[in-house]
Amino acid sequence: MMKILVIEDDRDSAQYLAKALGETGHSVDLAADGETGFALADSGTYDVLVVDRMLPRRDGLSVVAALRAKGHRTPVLILSALGEVDDRVTGLRAGGDDYLTKPYAFSELLARVEVLQRRVSTGDVETTYRVGDLELDRMSHMAKRGGQEITLQPREFRLLEYLMRHAGQVVTRTMLLENVWEYHFDPQTNVIDVHVSRLRSKIEKGFGVPLLHTVRGAGYMLKVPGKA
Amino acid sequence: MGRLRAIFSTTAARLSALYLMLFTLCALALVAYMTGESARFLVNQTQSTVNDEITDLAQIYSRAGLPGLVRAIDRRSRAPGANLYLISDSTGRVLAGNVGEIDSAILARQGWTKEPFRYQRYSEDSVDSPKGDGAERSHHALAHVFILPNQMRILVGRDLGEPERFKKIVQRALSLALAMMGIGALLIWYFVGRHALRRIDGVSIASRRIMSGDLTGRLPVTGSGDEFDRLADNLNQMLGRISNLNDGLKQVSDNIAHDLKTPLTRLRNRADAALSTKQTTKEYRAALEDMIGQSDQLIRTFNAILMISRLEAGYSSESVAEVDLSAITADVVELYEPLADEAGIKLTAVIAPKLLISGNRELLSQTLSNIIDNALKYARSDHGDATVRVRVAYELSRPVVEICDTGPGIPEADRERVTERFVRLEKSRSEPGSGLGLSLAKAVMKLHKGEMRIEANEPQGLKVSLLFPEGSAAGK
Repeated sequence: MMKILVIEDDRDSAQYLAKALGETGHSVDLAADGETGFALADSGTYDVLVVDRMLPRRDGLSVVAALRAKGHRTPVLILSALGEVDDRVTGLRAGGDDYLTKPYAFSELLARVEVLQRRVSTGDVETTYRVGDLELDRMSHMAKRGGQEITLQPREFRLLEYLMRHAGQVVTRTMLLENVWEYHFDPQTNVIDVHVSRLRSKIEKGFGVPLLHTVRGAGYMLKVPGKA
Repeated sequence: MGRLRAIFSTTAARLSALYLMLFTLCALALVAYMTGESARFLVNQTQSTVNDEITDLAQIYSRAGLPGLVRAIDRRSRAPGANLYLISDSTGRVLAGNVGEIDSAILARQGWTKEPFRYQRYSEDSVDSPKGDGAERSHHALAHVFILPNQMRILVGRDLGEPERFKKIVQRALSLALAMMGIGALLIWYFVGRHALRRIDGVSIASRRIMSGDLTGRLPVTGSGDEFDRLADNLNQMLGRISNLNDGLKQVSDNIAHDLKTPLTRLRNRADAALSTKQTTKEYRAALEDMIGQSDQLIRTFNAILMISRLEAGYSSESVAEVDLSAITADVVELYEPLADEAGIKLTAVIAPKLLISGNRELLSQTLSNIIDNALKYARSDHGDATVRVRVAYELSRPVVEICDTGPGIPEADRERVTERFVRLEKSRSEPGSGLGLSLAKAVMKLHKGEMRIEANEPQGLKVSLLFPEGSAAGK
């Protein structure tokens, strides 16, 4: 369970987010303007902040920048109607950890919030990832399953690396596109699915237990079945 | 009268008034200088004539003594057009000479007279009637006065009538010329000003008509090619551009209305259908998911419209950097490779390494993704293998990316049209897509100061070329 602060002035969106995040087992506080949001974030202890960019009384980016200036390390997801590359860059420069353009699917937001929270709690980045009998060594650029080496293209390696780093978490197609390909646009056709299914066949064919799962309406998750 | 005032308030009239004033000042200075200079010259000449005369008289005096001098003066003063002579004894009685009345103060001081003085002159007849028409004979003159040791005074001078007359003539001539020029300037000013005013009035009337809603109206052009014509020409071109943009905007809003209405209606019908019949949870779920999918497509379309508008309005230069066109293309090709593979289409790429251009990676990637996506969608035709070829090269000193497919291509008549917003050719209506991909590509290329060409591929299919500006490749 996470403690999440949502700073959003649109009542409907805020209520919807609070309800949906609550249903997934998180506790949510709401703030309807920048000042209140800043005060809450400054005093309370939250795992993740979800901050709308355009807020009354105090702009979302300035709230984030002020929190960072005061030494708060809480991960921040910025929500914005502005989705151009420039906007994203200014958002991240202000201290945001991730940037999501409105309108968004709730599954997308949830996946990102969970990944953000995890990013902080895991701390140092490991050099070897392990999911079941699947292993990935970031130093030697090698992937093995059950001791047997799997040959991967450079991009497939990065894809697997990202999935393994977030093993047990939902990873959306957009997240993959942003983090593995570094694209922020939306290729009309679902190219990502084809890449994932290729990777899946490489890491699963002949190995028995499936590890790479499709999460309906959301994305993908790498995990050992039966394990949370 | 109001018209006249209007003319005088024109810039041309004000400028010519200023010129006229400056010119008058210069002319006046010239007149003053010229008359002054010529007068000085004439005075100098007078003085030297008088000096010669004095030398002459001094010789006569030393040769023939006082009586000889008096005689000589008497003789000389009677000659026609003579200089002025006067000799008087110590009591002031005139012994000889041709000067009548003269201020005695002038004779009291030795040397050159300081200023021209007034005097009266005897002529042949006035010797007989000294007071006859003396008033008429009052002249200005310059003279040298000597006082002899025995208090006799001798005056030798010259009349200043001639230099003064000359000065007057020059002054009159110059003043006349000035007056004529002034009148000429006023006339020219009036006609030029009126002409300019008429042209400007024409422009104002035409522009007022255009402002009131008649966007097809244009400013009058006389064909003389003068600055008014050039201005009107430029303004007309601007009006043309405005009306083009206006038409474009109208076209777009019509298209938006049409293209968004259809999916919105479909979305509504789907919800309606799901509600109207009793269904299982699973069926409801499917309906809702379908609707979310359709909404997402709508949002995508909106995003694309917004993005194109922003691109067309100009992008901030901050987002442009030196990027590797070869690597960008290779990445996008790699992104689509599995998709092509799955669809059974051969996707090949020949990429010249390290073509650096100044651009935006994200926008270029999106453009290439749109075009390659399109090419893959339409690469199939009835005969032969489906192939999509991507080529990056440095051609005629321009970096070029070519994407060729082996599909049915686009009829020549439609090629220009497909880059317009929302234009989807009939055959493609069934395929998913917003009809904005090529418009976006076109806008991105315009932003990179390049161009997009859509041509026929040999032997069949479509060739889309992205041409970047010459010299934009920083290295090879």
